[in-house]
Amino acid sequence: MADHQSEAIFEKQPVWAGGRSPFNVSYGKLMMWLLLLSDAFTFSSLLVQYGAQRFSNVENPVVTRWPEPAAIFNHFPGLHGLHLPLLFVSLMTFILIFSSVTMVLAVEAGHRKHKKDVVKFMIYTVIGGIAFLSCQAWEWSVFISEGATLHGNTFGITAVGQEEFHKLKFGDHFEWKDEWRTHGPVPFAALFFIVTGFHGFHVFTGVVANIVITIMAARGVFERRGHYEMIEKTGLYWHFVDLVWVFVFTFFYLI
Amino acid sequence: MSTAAAAHAEHEEHHHHESFIRKYVFSMDHKMISKQFLMTGIIMGILGMGMSLLFRLQLAWPDEQFSILETLLGKWGAGGKLDPNFYMGLVTIHGTIMVFYVLTAGLSGTFSNLLIPLQLGARDMASPFLNMLSYWFFFVSSVVLCISMFVETGPASAGWTVYPPLSALEKAMPGSGLGMTLWLVAIALFIISALLGGINYISTVLNMRTKGMSMNRMPLTIWAFFFTAVLGLLSFPVLLGAALFLIFDRSFGTSFYLSDIYLEGVGALENIGGSPVLYQHLFWFLGHPEVYIILMPALGITSEVISTNARKPIFGYSAMVISLMGISFLSFIVWGHHMFVTGMNPFLGSVFMILTLIIAVPSAVKVFNYLTTLWKGNLRFTPAMLFSIGLVSFFISGGLTGIYLGNAALDIQLHDSYFVVAHFHLVMGSSAIFGMFAGIYHWFPRMFGRMMNNTLGYFHFWFTFVTAYLVFFPMHFMGLAGVPRRYYQFTLMKEFDVWVDVNKLITIAAIAAGIAQLFFLWNFFYSIFRGKKAEQNPWQSNTLEWSAPVKHHHGNWPGELPTVYRGPHEYSRPDREEDFFPQHIPDESTPDPLKSGKTVPAPEQKEPETTDSVFFSAIKRVFGWS
Repeated sequence: MADHQSEAIFEKQPVWAGGRSPFNVSYGKLMMWLLLLSDAFTFSSLLVQYGAQRFSNVENPVVTRWPEPAAIFNHFPGLHGLHLPLLFVSLMTFILIFSSVTMVLAVEAGHRKHKKDVVKFMIYTVIGGIAFLSCQAWEWSVFISEGATLHGNTFGITAVGQEEFHKLKFGDHFEWKDEWRTHGPVPFAALFFIVTGFHGFHVFTGVVANIVITIMAARGVFERRGHYEMIEKTGLYWHFVDLVWVFVFTFFYLI
Repeated sequence: MSTAAAAHAEHEEHHHHESFIRKYVFSMDHKMISKQFLMTGIIMGILGMGMSLLFRLQLAWPDEQFSILETLLGKWGAGGKLDPNFYMGLVTIHGTIMVFYVLTAGLSGTFSNLLIPLQLGARDMASPFLNMLSYWFFFVSSVVLCISMFVETGPASAGWTVYPPLSALEKAMPGSGLGMTLWLVAIALFIISALLGGINYISTVLNMRTKGMSMNRMPLTIWAFFFTAVLGLLSFPVLLGAALFLIFDRSFGTSFYLSDIYLEGVGALENIGGSPVLYQHLFWFLGHPEVYIILMPALGITSEVISTNARKPIFGYSAMVISLMGISFLSFIVWGHHMFVTGMNPFLGSVFMILTLIIAVPSAVKVFNYLTTLWKGNLRFTPAMLFSIGLVSFFISGGLTGIYLGNAALDIQLHDSYFVVAHFHLVMGSSAIFGMFAGIYHWFPRMFGRMMNNTLGYFHFWFTFVTAYLVFFPMHFMGLAGVPRRYYQFTLMKEFDVWVDVNKLITIAAIAAGIAQLFFLWNFFYSIFRGKKAEQNPWQSNTLEWSAPVKHHHGNWPGELPTVYRGPHEYSRPDREEDFFPQHIPDESTPDPLKSGKTVPAPEQKEPETTDSVFFSAIKRVFGWS
């Protein structure tokens, strides 16, 4: 194909002929930064909507008090009926951050041009991403099975419930009693699903990109190209997804 | 560099083998993509203008029957009368098409694609592939929007801002059904297109400039496209967030924007806890920068065209860049002035008011710089120049009413009235479209290798200029008298009877404006095929795009890329025989291009005081001090 060849010719030409390149980065890396900047605004807009919804729902603190995340996300697979607040989500967070560490190691191996290490650490990263997504799927299904819907919220906690809940210790037996729960602010679960879902979608695309890059690295594409910059670019994206999770985690689980 | 040249020779060979689809449809050449954007923009523009004529007809003769409407619109024009619901749909789609499809993609898409690589001396965009995707997302988005006009329940009808709850509840009005869903799909695709385009434009401007093309030697067009792309990159995602929540409200039963609503025929809805004003905040966080996304490319084009055709350096290059920067920054923190009457805290209203009025400062800097560039220039009244001057005129007359509307107290009277319609149609509608016309007339030789007909251009300009004022100027008075916008007819309101004749005048002027565009369309399409062959540099311009071969060349320059030795506006230099000095022509007295600033001091032989920068000598020439 004529155009493939002309593409290749374009690749060979020096893209920057004007002395020192600004920011000293290739256009591809610059594009990734710009994409992330734009994505940061998308997530900001979602979190701003979260804030606006949450703080416009404080008229009557007993009826409309924002649900207590620690009372809802206190399950752990295999340990049914125990009060383990935020243990599982901490594990998820750990997995995601750890996959960022392996990503850094892959980038570093790329700088050494060590193909085997790159592939190894990229596989670890992919596994971490898939593990995170699986955890999220479990978390969602438990949340839904407990009655989370997009159009209502039964996770409001009554004054009695609040009192009882604060008596609980880590690892105690826990079960919702009817008099503990009430209707809470409507958008609670909907916001949770949209924002964590949007983040999960980003993780998913990141995993897909990482798989593609891993295959390319394993087949020696970057070796022939002479540099492993693609790893750095997907790495930027992966770290960004990680960083966003820190905010999502803070807003939805901690406060 | 010899390898590059050799590679190019090889490339040249392959050039002729490019298949039709590769060359004209899924093209990755920025010049072809810019033509694709322009063609799609023109088609959408014809649609948008046609719609405005349809609803203007309704406003001028509300009780008349036009049998053509029934032929044209079927059930929406039953009995020769425009259906009220379809009227709302027309207003909505007219706004959407003009704002997003013509003046965002059609204007910035066309000229960013054409000029960024050519004026910076790059072979193509940073990523030609993303560039192609950007166009095709835009194209699919346009198709989806057009399809939405043919669905059973009619197109989206909640106004181009699609405020909930009207847009969020399917039963609120016919247009909020499938039409609204398609509108949201179209806009989501449009946002992706804008994002891909914007990323590409910014990285090309930052990373792909040729040797010697420092930032402060870039033509003002490029500066404008650069800031436009930054605005789009940062504001469109927020609209995406708002649209996402709106989609959930519409289809999945959430209540982010809905609360305590009683719907006729349905009863009280269960949705509680949401806030429609939240949507407005998010929408206008995009919406206000969007105004400048529309306007700034037109301002950039005007800077270039006015400087070239006044044969003078642009007055205050740095001031122009700084004011663009100021406008870009301010545009993000003034969105509240669209919402003064939503029950906003008056203190917050004052903050938004002050910030809004501050925008008048950089805008005025730009206007005065255009006027001072024109002052005592050797003006060449090409059609492009006339359209640029027209832009300045609209920008002034529309900008002045912006000061009224930016005032929170006056807005109580003026909001949602024809005053607003008049204001934004002048300041961003007419002036941006004039900028676009200026760009088309000016760069047509660059795009198609042929010239447009000047006489038809003059006809087009004068008709459009006069009719645009005839359409929008009377609307100020209607708005001051309290006539509300978006109303289907005013016959039931006796106090508006005095405006019947004015409405007729406006409609007649609008039809005349529509006819005036036929001059343009004929001129445009005829000249593509039969126009006079263009010379290398028909306007004696300085910028790099005129140094590239006239004939289409994939990669823009055969052999090496040009080197840049000076700023883009060195017209009428006293030490030069010719009155222009292209950026890529070397000059023995010029120091090393990589080390010098944007301007080069003129040689000392004639006037001793021109040892200072060209900027100051330009001021002196302007005011006649020497």
